[in-house]
Amino acid sequence: MYAVNYHKPASIEDAVAAIGGADEAKILAGGQTLLPTMKQHLAAPSDVIDIRGIGGMTDIAVRGDTVTIGAAATHAAVAGSNEVGSVCPALAALAAGIGDPAVRHMGTIGGSIANNDPAADYPAGLLALGATIVTNNREIAADEFFTGMFTTALEDGEIITAINVSAPGKAAYAKFRNPASRYAMVGVFVAKTGDGARVAVTGAGEDGVFRHDGLEQALGTNWSPDAVDAVAVSADGLMSDIHASADYRAHLIKVMAKRAVAAAG
Amino acid sequence: MSEGIGAAVKRKEDKRFITGRGKYTDDIRMENQAYGAFVRSPHAHAEIRGIDATAALAMEGVIAVHTGPELKEDGIGDIITGWAIHSKDGNPMNVGAWNPMATARVRHVGEPVAIVIAESQALARLAAEAVEVDYEELPAVAAATRALEDGAPLLHDNVPGNLIFDWEIGDEAAADAGLAGAAHITELDIVNNRLAPNAIEPRSAIAVYNDIDDHYTLYTTSQNPHVARLVLSAFYNVAPEHKLRVIAPDVGGGFGSKIYIYPEEITCLWASMKTGRSVKWTSDRSEAFMTDAHARDHVTKARMGFDADGKIVGLKVNTVANIGAYASLFATATPTYLYGTLLSGQYDITNVYCDVKAVHTNTVPVDAYRGAGRPEATFVMERLMETAAREMGMDPAELRRRNFITEFPHQTPVIMTYDSGDFHALLEKGQAAADVAGFAARKAEAASRGKLRGIGYSCYIEACGIAPSKAVGSLGAGVGLWESAEVRVNPVGTIEILTGSHAHGQGHETTFAQVVSDRFGLPMDNITIVHGDTDKVQMGMGTYGSRSGAVGMNAIVKAMDKVEAKVKKIAAHTLEASEDDIVIEDGEVKVAGTDKKMAWHEVGLAAYTAHNLPDGMEPGLKEGAFYDPTNFTFPSGTYICEVEVDPETGVVEIVQFTAADDFGTVINPMIVEGQVHGGVTQGIGQALLENVVYDEDGQLITGSYMDYCMPRADDVPSYVLEHSTTVAPSNPLGVKGCGEAGAIGSPPAVINAITDAIGNNNLTMPATPQKVWAAIQEVGLPQAAE
Amino acid sequence: MTSVTMTVNGKAASGDVPGETLLSDFLREHLRLTGTHVGCDTSQCGACVVHVDGKAVKSCTVLAASLDGAEVTTVEGLANGELHPMQVAFNENHGLQCGFCTPGMIMSGIDMINRYKAEGKELTDDAIRHELEGNICRCTGYHNIVRSIKDAAASM
Repeated sequence: MYAVNYHKPASIEDAVAAIGGADEAKILAGGQTLLPTMKQHLAAPSDVIDIRGIGGMTDIAVRGDTVTIGAAATHAAVAGSNEVGSVCPALAALAAGIGDPAVRHMGTIGGSIANNDPAADYPAGLLALGATIVTNNREIAADEFFTGMFTTALEDGEIITAINVSAPGKAAYAKFRNPASRYAMVGVFVAKTGDGARVAVTGAGEDGVFRHDGLEQALGTNWSPDAVDAVAVSADGLMSDIHASADYRAHLIKVMAKRAVAAAG
Repeated sequence: MSEGIGAAVKRKEDKRFITGRGKYTDDIRMENQAYGAFVRSPHAHAEIRGIDATAALAMEGVIAVHTGPELKEDGIGDIITGWAIHSKDGNPMNVGAWNPMATARVRHVGEPVAIVIAESQALARLAAEAVEVDYEELPAVAAATRALEDGAPLLHDNVPGNLIFDWEIGDEAAADAGLAGAAHITELDIVNNRLAPNAIEPRSAIAVYNDIDDHYTLYTTSQNPHVARLVLSAFYNVAPEHKLRVIAPDVGGGFGSKIYIYPEEITCLWASMKTGRSVKWTSDRSEAFMTDAHARDHVTKARMGFDADGKIVGLKVNTVANIGAYASLFATATPTYLYGTLLSGQYDITNVYCDVKAVHTNTVPVDAYRGAGRPEATFVMERLMETAAREMGMDPAELRRRNFITEFPHQTPVIMTYDSGDFHALLEKGQAAADVAGFAARKAEAASRGKLRGIGYSCYIEACGIAPSKAVGSLGAGVGLWESAEVRVNPVGTIEILTGSHAHGQGHETTFAQVVSDRFGLPMDNITIVHGDTDKVQMGMGTYGSRSGAVGMNAIVKAMDKVEAKVKKIAAHTLEASEDDIVIEDGEVKVAGTDKKMAWHEVGLAAYTAHNLPDGMEPGLKEGAFYDPTNFTFPSGTYICEVEVDPETGVVEIVQFTAADDFGTVINPMIVEGQVHGGVTQGIGQALLENVVYDEDGQLITGSYMDYCMPRADDVPSYVLEHSTTVAPSNPLGVKGCGEAGAIGSPPAVINAITDAIGNNNLTMPATPQKVWAAIQEVGLPQAAE
Repeated sequence: MTSVTMTVNGKAASGDVPGETLLSDFLREHLRLTGTHVGCDTSQCGACVVHVDGKAVKSCTVLAASLDGAEVTTVEGLANGELHPMQVAFNENHGLQCGFCTPGMIMSGIDMINRYKAEGKELTDDAIRHELEGNICRCTGYHNIVRSIKDAAASM
C-alpha cells in the first residue's frame, strides 16, 4: 500500500475538517472494499478518515414504522438486529448474505452504499425499499442517491450518517452469486409497498443498480412469481464478462425476481 | 502394532501447524535482510527499448536495481527444461531460450525485467512501480491452436511456427486400420482447461550470501530442494553445489507448482551476492497468477472405434498442448510421456495412436500440476467411453467391463506395462457404495423437485512412482528418478530418517515413521524424519508425481535392510547365536526360540561403544540407500459422480461422489483418504469452477480470486470412499501412490454426470452455470423435468 | 505514524505504526506472530483470520491503527496450557495437510461455533460449509475440516 495518514475523528465536524485538510481523503467505514482496493494500488488516498469513532454511527433504532441504521453499523449488526428484523426482515437477510462472516464483522452499510459497487447487495435493497440516505448535510432519496457505477449523489466532504428504511408490505432479496468472487452476479430485491411494487437489480447493469419498470408494473398488478413470466427483460445495458453474458444475466434477473417474490410471499 | 503399516496414526507434524508455530519461508527473517520486488512486463509480447531506474534509485531506502542483461553478463545461465523430446521425424525439439530476467524481449504478462532491492517490502514494491521501462509492443498470441496458424506472431527465432515438437506414440497405421473396421466410431473434440495451481502459501525465497566463505543459502518454497541446488549449480551457475545450501522449510502446498526453479529464486541469489544483503522476496497472489506455472491447456480431437460387441478396436488422439512462453522443467514430459502413455486406460486395446504438437504462446509457462498429463489422458478416455456407451445404447459400466484388462502383466501399445489391478472389483465396489441400483428412484425424486439428476463414471489408471532411471533416461529425461534415504540409529536407539522426499502437506513425518516403527517395533516417538535441507540430507529427487511412497519410502526400506543386517550381526555376536536365528520384534532383538535377547537400544549402544563387535566390523549404526524403481506403479479406481442441475439457472450441485481406489499397500488410511479428498476437490474444481482466461492479446483476465474460481467448502460434498487392493509387485512395500488419483479420476466423472443430467453432451470444462444453462437451451429440457 | 496499543493474546502490545499498516503485518512483522498467514490480496482466502474483540475478521483487511484499545486473539493465543478443543479436533480428524490455511480455519471455526451457540442454532454440515465461504483450502477438500469443526462444536 502507499503511505496514508490515518485519522479517527470523534465528531462529524472533526471528520469534515480532516477531509478538508487532506490532499485526497477517503472515508473508512469498514474498509472491506477500500482496503483491498488500496492494497492493489487501485486507490491511493493521502488520508483515510475512520468514522467509526463518531458517536451514534453504529446505532440502530426504530421510530414508528421506520428503522434508522447508523452508517457504520456492520453487516453482522444489521443481520442480527431485532430492530431491522421487526421493520424489514428482508434487509436483515440481505445483510446476512453479504461477503463471508469475517467480512460481515467489519463491512458497514454506509461504506457499501457510498462505494456503490455494481455488484454490491445493499444498493438493490435500499433502492427497492425507497430508503432515505441521511448525510451530515441533507437527506437523499435512494432514487436520487445511486447515480451510476461507483458513483453516488454524495458531494465532496459529505458523510453518510444513517439510512432510514420504512417497513414494506412484503419484500425479499434473491441473489445469484458470481462463482469466483461470490459478489452478486445478479441480485434482485422486490418490495411491495402502498404505491405498488419496486424492483431493484444489482450485479447486472453497466451503470450499476437499477429499477426495472417492466417487473414493477407486472408485480404491481399481480404480486406473484407467475407475473414475472410475461415480462421481457432486455439484455441491453447489462454487463457481459467471462462469468456471464448479458443474455444470461437478463435470464437470471427473471429467475431471481420470481424467487424473490416467492420468498416474500 | 497400532502404529505400524495400515494404522490411522494421527499426524506428528500437526502440533506446530495448529498452534501457529509452523515455519514457512516468509516467516523467517534473516539478519541484514533486504526485500526484493520485481518489475514485470505489462505486455504479453514486446521488445525492451530501455530501462530507466533513476527515479526508483532516488527513493530513500532503495538499495539497488538490477536488470536482465546484468544478470546474463555475470554468467547466470538460462532456465532449462528437463526432458528432451524428439519429433516424429526424428528431429530434436526446438525450445526458446529463457533468461531468468528478460534481456531484450518479454513474452508473457508478468515476465520479470528487473529486480528492486530495498529496505522494506512495501518500499521495494513502490520503487518497482517507479522503474520506467520503454517497451515496443509486438503482436501476441495466447491460444495454442492460433499460435500454429500461418502468420501467427512468432515468439522465438529458433522455433519456426511456434512448434516445439510434433511427437507421436503408438502405431498410426494400426490405429487407422482398427478404426476403418469399426462398427461404431465415437468422436469428440475436447478442451482440457487451463488451470492455476494455487497452493495457498505463495512462493517465497530468502537468499543469503556470505562473502567470507563465498557461500550461498537459499530458503525457498520447494518440493525438491536437492534438484533446486543441482540446477542452480549445474545450469544457472549461481554457485557450485558445495557452496550452495538449499533449505525448504515448512511448505504450504505445492501440487507441482513448487517443483520448478523459477526466475525469482535465481535472481534473489544473484542479487544477494550483488548487494551483500540477504534478499527476501515473497509473491503475492496476483504475482502468483502471472508467474507460477499454469497447467493442462490441451485441445484434442479423439476418435475411438468399437466392434459390434462394444470391444474397442482403435483409438486415435491428436492433441495441441500449450507450453507457454518458455519450456519449464517438466513441460515437455507432461503432454508426452505422462499423457500419451496412459491412453490405453483400463482397457485392452491393441491399436492406439497419439500425436502431440507442443506450442509456444504468449502465456505463463505451463507445467506439471497434480496429475500432470494423466488427468488429460483420463479425461479423453473416460469421456469417450461414456459418450460411446450412450451412442450405442449401452450401460456405460457394461461397456467398460467388456473392455477391462484382466490379466497382468499387461503390455499396452503405448509403452506401459501394467503390473497389477482388479478393475472389475473396483467398479463393483464403486457401484455398491454409490448405490447405483437406486439411482433411478433418486432421479425421479429430484425431478419432483424440479432438478435434473445425472450420474457419471470414470475408471482411471495412472502411472506413479516416477520412475526407473534407465527407462526415463532412454526417453529423454535429464536426471535419474531414484530416491535416497539414510537411517541413523543413535546410541540410545532412537532413529533419525533422512529422506530426499519433501513433505508439504503429505504427512511424511508420520507415514515414514510408521514404516520404520512397523519394521523394528519401535514407538513412533522414537523416530524423527529429517528432510528439506541439502546440508542434512545427502541427495534426493523430491516429492511430485505421487512418488514419495512408491520411491521415497522404499529407499528407507532398503536402508533399513542394511541396518537390520548389521543389528543381527551385532546381536548374534553378543548373544553367541547364529545370525540366522536373530529376529527383531517389538523393539527387541531376540534369538528365536530362546529367552536370549537384547533391547533395541542395547544394540545401538553396542554399535557405538564398539567394545565388543564382531571382528572387522565398523563401529556405528547408520546406513544409506538409493532406491531406483524397476517399473512405474499403477493406481487405479472407479469414480462415480451424481449431480443435480437447476434447469432454471444451470447451477450444478454435486450431491454424491464415490471414489473406489486401489493404491496397493496403504501405510496410513487416514492420510490416504485426505489425499483423495483433496485430489477429488481439485478435479471438481477443474470440472466446474477453475479456468485461466487470457484475452486474444495475451492479457490475463483471471488474475485474482475475484475471477479465478477456487473450490470452496460449499462447492463440494462429503465424499464416499472405498478401497480394493492389489499390491504393487515392483516394490518391497507394495505401495502404488495416492497423491494425484483424485485429480486424475474425477473431472470426467463430473462432466459425464452433468451431460447425463441435461441430455446434451456438448459441454466443456469448467461447466459453469452459464455454460450448463446454455447447453440446456441448446437441446431443450429433458422430458423428466418438464 | 499512529500510536496504537492493543491487547494481543492477553498481553499489551503497542507501537507507532504507519497509517497503512495492516493488522496482518503488525502481527507478523512487528510482533513476529507468524502463525497468521496471508494467502491472497483480495480478502478472500481467509488464512489471515484472527479475532478482534471476540469476532473473526480478516487481519489483512484491517488497519492496525484503527484497533487502539482492541483485544486481538491469534492462533498462537488459543492454547492455554493445553490445546484448544478446535486444535485438538483438527489433529484428531486430519483437518489439515500443509497447515497454511489452518490458522484461519481454526479461528473461523471457533467464531462460527461461538455465534451458533449464542443464537441457539444447530451447526449442521451444510451450515459449516456455508460459514466457511471466506476460507479457502487447497489440500483437504474440506471434508475433514467440516468434520473437525463439527467435532469441536460438541466439545466447546
